[in-house]
Amino acid sequence: MARTLEELQKQYHTKAPDGKRGAMGGPGRGGHGPRGQQMGGKPKNSSDTIKRLFSYIGKYKYRYIWVFLCMFFSTVTSLLGSYMLSPIINRVAGVPSKNDFADRAILMVTGELSPVLEGLFGIKNETVAYLLVGILCLAGIYVVGVISTFCQSKLMLYISQGTIQKIRNDLFRKVQTLPVRFHDTTPTGEVMSRFTNDVDNIGLMLDTTIVSLVSGIVTLLGTLGFMLYTNVLLALVTVVFIPIFAFGGAAVAKRSRKFYSSQQAALGSLNGYIEESVTGQKVVKVFNHEKECIDEFSLLNDDLRHKQIYAQFFGGIMGPIMGNLSKVSYSLTVGIGGILCYQTLIGNISVDSCFALTVGGLTIFATYASHFARPINEISMQMNTVFSALAGAERVFKIMDMPPEAPDRENASDMKNMKGHVVLDHVTFGYNPDKVILKDISLYAKPGQKVAFVGSTGAGKTTITNLLNRFYEIDQGSITIDGVEICDIKRDVLRSNIAMVLQDTHLFSGTVMENIRYGRPDATDEEVIQAAKTASADGFIRRLSKGYQTRLEGDGANLSQGQRQLLNIARASLSKAPILVLDEATSSVDTRTEKLIEKGMDSLMEDRTTFVIAHRLSTVRDADAIMVLEQGEIIERGSHDELLAMKGRYYELYTGLKELD
Amino acid sequence: MKRWLHYIKPYWVYFLLGPLCMIVEVVGEMFLPKFLAQVINEGVGMSGNTGNGNGYITVICIAMIGTALLMMLGGVGGAYFGAKASVNFGSDLRRDIYRKVQKFSFANIDKFSAGSLVTRLTNDVTQLQNFVNMMLRMCLRSPGMLVGAVIMAVSLNPRLAIILAFAIPLILTTQFLIIRKGFPRFGKMQTKIDALNSTVQENLTNVRVVKSFVREEFENEKFSDANGELKRAGIDAMNVMIFMQPLMMLLMNLTTLVVLWLGGNQVITFVQTGFGMEVGDLSAFLTYVNQILFSLMMVTMLFMNASRALASGRRICEVLDETVDLTDENSTQKERMVTEGTVTFKNVSFRYYKDSEETVLNHINLEIPSGSTVGIIGSTGCGKSTLVSLIPRLYDADEGEVLVDGVNVKEYSLENLRNGIGIVLQKNILFSGTIEDNLRWGNQNATDEELQKNAEYAQADLFIRNFTEGYQTELGQGGVNVSGGQKQRLCIARALLKKPKILILDDSTSAVDTATEANLRKAFRTELQDSTRIIIAQRITSVMDADMIVVMEDGRITGVGNHKELMAGNQEYQEIYYSQMDGKEEAHG
Repeated sequence: MARTLEELQKQYHTKAPDGKRGAMGGPGRGGHGPRGQQMGGKPKNSSDTIKRLFSYIGKYKYRYIWVFLCMFFSTVTSLLGSYMLSPIINRVAGVPSKNDFADRAILMVTGELSPVLEGLFGIKNETVAYLLVGILCLAGIYVVGVISTFCQSKLMLYISQGTIQKIRNDLFRKVQTLPVRFHDTTPTGEVMSRFTNDVDNIGLMLDTTIVSLVSGIVTLLGTLGFMLYTNVLLALVTVVFIPIFAFGGAAVAKRSRKFYSSQQAALGSLNGYIEESVTGQKVVKVFNHEKECIDEFSLLNDDLRHKQIYAQFFGGIMGPIMGNLSKVSYSLTVGIGGILCYQTLIGNISVDSCFALTVGGLTIFATYASHFARPINEISMQMNTVFSALAGAERVFKIMDMPPEAPDRENASDMKNMKGHVVLDHVTFGYNPDKVILKDISLYAKPGQKVAFVGSTGAGKTTITNLLNRFYEIDQGSITIDGVEICDIKRDVLRSNIAMVLQDTHLFSGTVMENIRYGRPDATDEEVIQAAKTASADGFIRRLSKGYQTRLEGDGANLSQGQRQLLNIARASLSKAPILVLDEATSSVDTRTEKLIEKGMDSLMEDRTTFVIAHRLSTVRDADAIMVLEQGEIIERGSHDELLAMKGRYYELYTGLKELD
Repeated sequence: MKRWLHYIKPYWVYFLLGPLCMIVEVVGEMFLPKFLAQVINEGVGMSGNTGNGNGYITVICIAMIGTALLMMLGGVGGAYFGAKASVNFGSDLRRDIYRKVQKFSFANIDKFSAGSLVTRLTNDVTQLQNFVNMMLRMCLRSPGMLVGAVIMAVSLNPRLAIILAFAIPLILTTQFLIIRKGFPRFGKMQTKIDALNSTVQENLTNVRVVKSFVREEFENEKFSDANGELKRAGIDAMNVMIFMQPLMMLLMNLTTLVVLWLGGNQVITFVQTGFGMEVGDLSAFLTYVNQILFSLMMVTMLFMNASRALASGRRICEVLDETVDLTDENSTQKERMVTEGTVTFKNVSFRYYKDSEETVLNHINLEIPSGSTVGIIGSTGCGKSTLVSLIPRLYDADEGEVLVDGVNVKEYSLENLRNGIGIVLQKNILFSGTIEDNLRWGNQNATDEELQKNAEYAQADLFIRNFTEGYQTELGQGGVNVSGGQKQRLCIARALLKKPKILILDDSTSAVDTATEANLRKAFRTELQDSTRIIIAQRITSVMDADMIVVMEDGRITGVGNHKELMAGNQEYQEIYYSQMDGKEEAHG
């Protein structure tokens, strides 16, 4: 019984990719499209976010001045370059030219240079000389333009790369200071996407958007200026089109955004489904469930197909509509301009009147008109980038603003020579205020003692270890080490005095040697090998292709769970901390190997206060004290023999009379 | 290519109309400058030789607006057909990959890994689909503009057009050289991005280790190094691109100037002698030159995209071309069902990779009678899981044969074979949906009583009822909101619902505590009397009371017998026993 489309959408809808950039963005025309299609939600409080971004850029403010100067030069030269064509074409065509600044400039230079030109190139013809000088002037303008464009991009590159590097570093540093609670409640993927998507978007904005926006505006104004200077009437024709461009663009963009987000939702559902079912492919096969999977997949696939066609269509028409609208305005310009030109030529309009138009003027006007939509397009495209970058920046800053782990108290102790006398006194704790996990826990452990916790999942065993090293702060009661409350001990000192072997065995990319040494960077190779021997890891490490120098990639994927646990134990045994916490440290090690490391473990636990959490009761048998936890309370305590003699809960568990759940 | 044609064929109309619409745009693009030239040459004219005047210009103007509107129509049409063609292409492709993956054997899945299959189904299909869309809309446009503009330019003034013969190759070569230099740098940048991401990922998943060893500062430095390297690689790569843009501008400008100089001189000659080039033609020519240079840039971009899409296409083909190495096509007894539940291994050997020397199973001979309970025990990696996975034909033996009910498993249809066998895998997975949805995987048509009964057998009914929504409780992806032990029991219930003749539990009670497990075993004994039960376990208590216990070591069976027999004669079994039971005897006593 395959699920219906609605059910599928409901179940997989939360897995929509978090504004993944350009994941399905349709290709646009002329390179505008893909960039314009990214939408990462709307920013909520833009002005604060912008202010903070500016503080990052602030360091580069002088460079920014140079950037804008360069940008100004490259924009103006490009406009000027187009404009200069007008007098040149007029003179060459032998039609009366407006006596404007460009014409005068070229004439002046030609006057100065004509003897030289005649002498050097044998140019006698005045028009040819004018043409040559005009081209030389143009060349000069072009060169300035090219150089300033180059400088601008180069400067911008260093600014943007430097800024996002700084943001990334700051973000990472901040994340290091955040309490474990943050990490426990925030999915890794979400934090990852701050580092990738959001920072990338900020980078994109700094790199191209700001400059494009400003240069778009300058180009727009500049073009308008030159147009007005050339011919007021024709300029008005173009101006009429500005609102049409703007509203048309906004209308299409709005619609395309709507379809785009429905496409993204469908895509998210489909991808979520693919991920889950392909990851569980083996189970699918074992249950002969292939047909149902294909049916459900097809529902989602066809739903996406349907929505994507619309999204791609509306995403794709922006270019042609805007582009060809500007062709319409170009055509009108040419028509009206042609008539003005004709009237000027036959003398109905005086050359010096503001309606007068020359052939050259018409040519450059046509160029201006056909390019007029570009900056408008550019600006509206960039606005999308700005929004998604600001939204990203807001999310990044939100993490940066999170409260870090509370700072150490002023006279927090350094605890030199910690002995490891641990006392929990009426400790009460809950991850949420409304749900108490540990109730009124009291216990003590002397140096060298081994205290074990048993109890079912969720009884609060692991929580105790979370409290010991202040991953979480207790709500009531106190925990002291050597008589000092742990909140009065410097946090770093506290943690370096507690060695932990945790249930989840994650490793770092790097060599085996580096992984074991992680806990004590100053350990010698010999010490590392000794630690591995203690944990019975030496044998399998030596069998790896490069022994201790074998690189572990992707969380040590090439090691078995048991082997990874052994590495974790080795890592902890290298540490000289007086307190040791073993949280299901050998759960995946087979029992015979566990037997083998027992000796090593014994020497490891010697002289240390050890807390052991284990599922296998056999592993905790020789503990000095065993605490049986149930629903956050210690219901029985004592040594193995005492507890058995009590014939209570522990006895039931040990003899298999009662279950742990 | 034939493969892609297969996906194009059903939508050939769109694949044809899309580019056709784009041709309209290209042709229009060619004509507009020509119209401008006409307005200048014929409409306005020159001093002493005035043109046709207002009426003529108005007509041309209307023609131009008409052309522009036609172009818009073409563009919109192109977008429409392009979207239809590419989305359908991509959806069909994705569907076929998914279907292919459904046919994959375990060995096929292992070869690709789930993660890479997901990437191919999502990212790679998208890449290819976007490329198709772009090709449909651009492949004619840019080269079309290029060719069209060249033709127009040549027809306007062949002599002047010679410049293009120099300019085009020069620009293409420059672009090629720059891209060749830039590409590896972008590749390097990508690896730096990956490195940075994995640093962050590792740090986040290892946060407890980092904090408990107080290595935050070390992590900061590690990240800062990776970040610095990324910055340098980024600047390195971008520098090439930054160089590209001004250089292209320079080349384009140079071409324009040369055209202006040579063309200008021709116009001057024309004005003086009536031979040469008209001024309108010069403006049009300049426009064409602009179009040519612009489309050259686009063509290069197209190539860059093509190379990325090609890589995706290759990865997709790998999946589609993969031979499924395990099918029931040649089965002779497709109608046969599993009725008895006996299992026989005859001299079975197996290795995961055909070329590896290490055999996972070595000449295994074993006879499992119907209705018995069999325990398999041995250290990690000894081949226990592999052995049982041969029974439902998750893998095929390399040597020897596996028989179910005395018939080689290869003779059954896969569906009937697997329907008769319930296997709970070591790495088990629940799916999004309610608990009931998940249980029904075992049997779509189970009644509510059956569901509940089997959940009861699997010791799951109680905790399910304790959820506020009971059997309707929604499980997150991968069953995130139930504990490990609960998950295992749900998976067992799911398998029980199949009413299998053979039930295989591959270390599937490891997170269930001993007492619950004891209840489970009791339920199996009383409720599944007719089924053969094969239980792989780490804990000796899980297998102690089985009718038959198989001890494995390094791919071999080192002992078969019941608890008593093995305790008497099998050293390995004794070792395992004592490692777990030390001193527990007294507790019992």
